[in-house]
Amino acid sequence: MANKQEIRNITLEELVNSVKELASKGYRLVQMSCTNLGENMQLNYSFDKDYEFINLRLEIPSDTQVQSISDIYWSAVMYENEIHDLFGMKFEGMAMDFKGNLYRTSVKMPFGSC
Amino acid sequence: MSRRTIIPFGPQHPVLPEPIHLDLVMEDEKVVEAIPSIGFVHRGLEKLVEKKDFIEYIYVAERICGICSFMHGMGYSQAIEQIMNIEVPERALFLRTIWAEFSRIHSHLLWLGLLADAFGFESLFMQSWRVREKVLDIMEETTGGRVIFGSCKIGGVRKDIDTVTLKRIEKILVDLEKEIREIGNVFLNEYTVKSRLVGVGVLSREDAYNLGAVGPMMRASGIAQDMRKLGYGAYPQLDFEPITRTNGDSYDRCAVRIEELFQSIDLIRQAIGKIPEGPVDTKVTGNPDGEAFVRLEQPRGEVVYYVKASGTKFLDRLRVRTPTFANIPALLKMLKGCDYADVPILILTIDPCISCTER
Repeated sequence: MANKQEIRNITLEELVNSVKELASKGYRLVQMSCTNLGENMQLNYSFDKDYEFINLRLEIPSDTQVQSISDIYWSAVMYENEIHDLFGMKFEGMAMDFKGNLYRTSVKMPFGSC
Repeated sequence: MSRRTIIPFGPQHPVLPEPIHLDLVMEDEKVVEAIPSIGFVHRGLEKLVEKKDFIEYIYVAERICGICSFMHGMGYSQAIEQIMNIEVPERALFLRTIWAEFSRIHSHLLWLGLLADAFGFESLFMQSWRVREKVLDIMEETTGGRVIFGSCKIGGVRKDIDTVTLKRIEKILVDLEKEIREIGNVFLNEYTVKSRLVGVGVLSREDAYNLGAVGPMMRASGIAQDMRKLGYGAYPQLDFEPITRTNGDSYDRCAVRIEELFQSIDLIRQAIGKIPEGPVDTKVTGNPDGEAFVRLEQPRGEVVYYVKASGTKFLDRLRVRTPTFANIPALLKMLKGCDYADVPILILTIDPCISCTER
């Protein structure tokens, strides 16, 4: 049912270069999401161009600082703030930093603690 | 150097349709910057997958939003069906498509009414919602609910629509089209409406693409992408093209949505003409194991569902990226440099649905 979908596993160091490469080819940022895998966190960065879907996947320990991609794609600001508020992942260099106040939850980082 | 003031806008305001809070930094009557603050309706629905098993969760998924509720249920079912390799019968795919397009019609009519209310044209608001009542009556007759249908399930749909009802729906569509044409005419050709919409909130094509705008926002700026072309449901057998405009201002977004109304009526007619006989659901056994990404075209734009399961009846992760979440950066860009009186109209042109955004 879905057209071309590709999931690429990358490492933390390759993240910014892969994103820059996709941006230069004209891909748009679709979404960023995070899954809690116990000790590690899995980040998914999804891109789309002409209905072709590419997903960059990273698996990192939960206290790593990830480089923000908001200087390449400004809209990443919303997703990075959300992941920080819900999961506790720290992003370095966000263009607009809400410092944990984007979502008002009574339990801070509800997904990260479990 | 002129003085800057900060005016808080929302979450409760007579002209604001959704509970979003914006801090508007103003210089005289012009907005210089807008700082958003969401989180008033966060219900933690993504965390609820740990408590409700995957078959029950469809009821929660439908209630993520009241206006686009059917498509949330459909997207969730499609993701689980893709993981479990379930083959949904043809008739169920067509029924889902018919309900999805009715969902789109009622959502766009609701939006047209709210837009008229935002610039003060109350009688047009009432007329749009009166036309919408016809659609809601069809929904209630075929599914039992006006807003939250409860008719989509994993493996198909819950109820069938018989041929007599389908023929009657076709007749109602003729009246519906005539009434929408009258209302659409006022929105597109009336001088007072045009003076509030033309040239307001221009989003260029590059900005729309780079900021990740989706749905009618993207199509009104000239990018021809419609996720229905991906081929889910019964869409591969229906004939349509994405509707685009080039100027990217509020008038174009209004025009794209009105034309999509006519396109949806045409799609429903095609689907009623081609619907095959057969069962409407298949039996589902076992638990899902795997992951899937599903993309749908909701009335507001592209929605992405990511489901991850690992063999138990509770899912590991459900992630819904709703179209309004992707349109917020575009909204912030459009608000820079606009007039204070245009702020409610600009917020409305992205078609906000904050309950979807915050889940």
